[in-house]
Amino acid sequence: MEIRWSHDFDRELERAREAGKPILLDFSAAPM
Amino acid sequence: MWPHRRVVELVTDELIPVRVHVRDHADEFRRLGDRYDARWTPMILVLDSSGEERHRVEGFLPVDELVPQLEFGLGRVAFSRGDFEDAERRFRQIVEDAPASDVAPEALYWAGVARYKSTDDAEALKATASAFHDRYQETTWAKKASVWD
Repeated sequence: MEIRWSHDFDRELERAREAGKPILLDFSAAPM
Repeated sequence: MWPHRRVVELVTDELIPVRVHVRDHADEFRRLGDRYDARWTPMILVLDSSGEERHRVEGFLPVDELVPQLEFGLGRVAFSRGDFEDAERRFRQIVEDAPASDVAPEALYWAGVARYKSTDDAEALKATASAFHDRYQETTWAKKASVWD
């Protein structure tokens, strides 16, 4: 069970606007 | 902390998760870092659906602190869109579910404010000040609420 992170902020912001859903923006330096 | 079941469920159900990595997405990290004044990792921001920052967590937190912080961010999102009943419900849930978490006193404070905003009844603030008599007395939030006594 994992979070399915997106890396396309602009696309997700557009989706958030359409869906009225908030965004969790993670600034990370952890190994991916 | 991210693979933890409670975190995954909360994020998947309530948020759109976006990650920018300092090296793997260096250009995006710089662009969004400038936009949101993000200068350190790990850092998470809860943004409302228009991209406005409503809550930020700087530095690592264990799961027991991270979950209430995410819930708190969702409460702030609800508060900012004027849905004070939803905001109050979320803030009170934090106090109930994670009373020992660092964010719980702040959640108790904002639960009172949200109740006041939804009812226009100053008793909501007075009741909040009273609630701080029994808990979190040494916190900034108890001091802030003391003006309502």
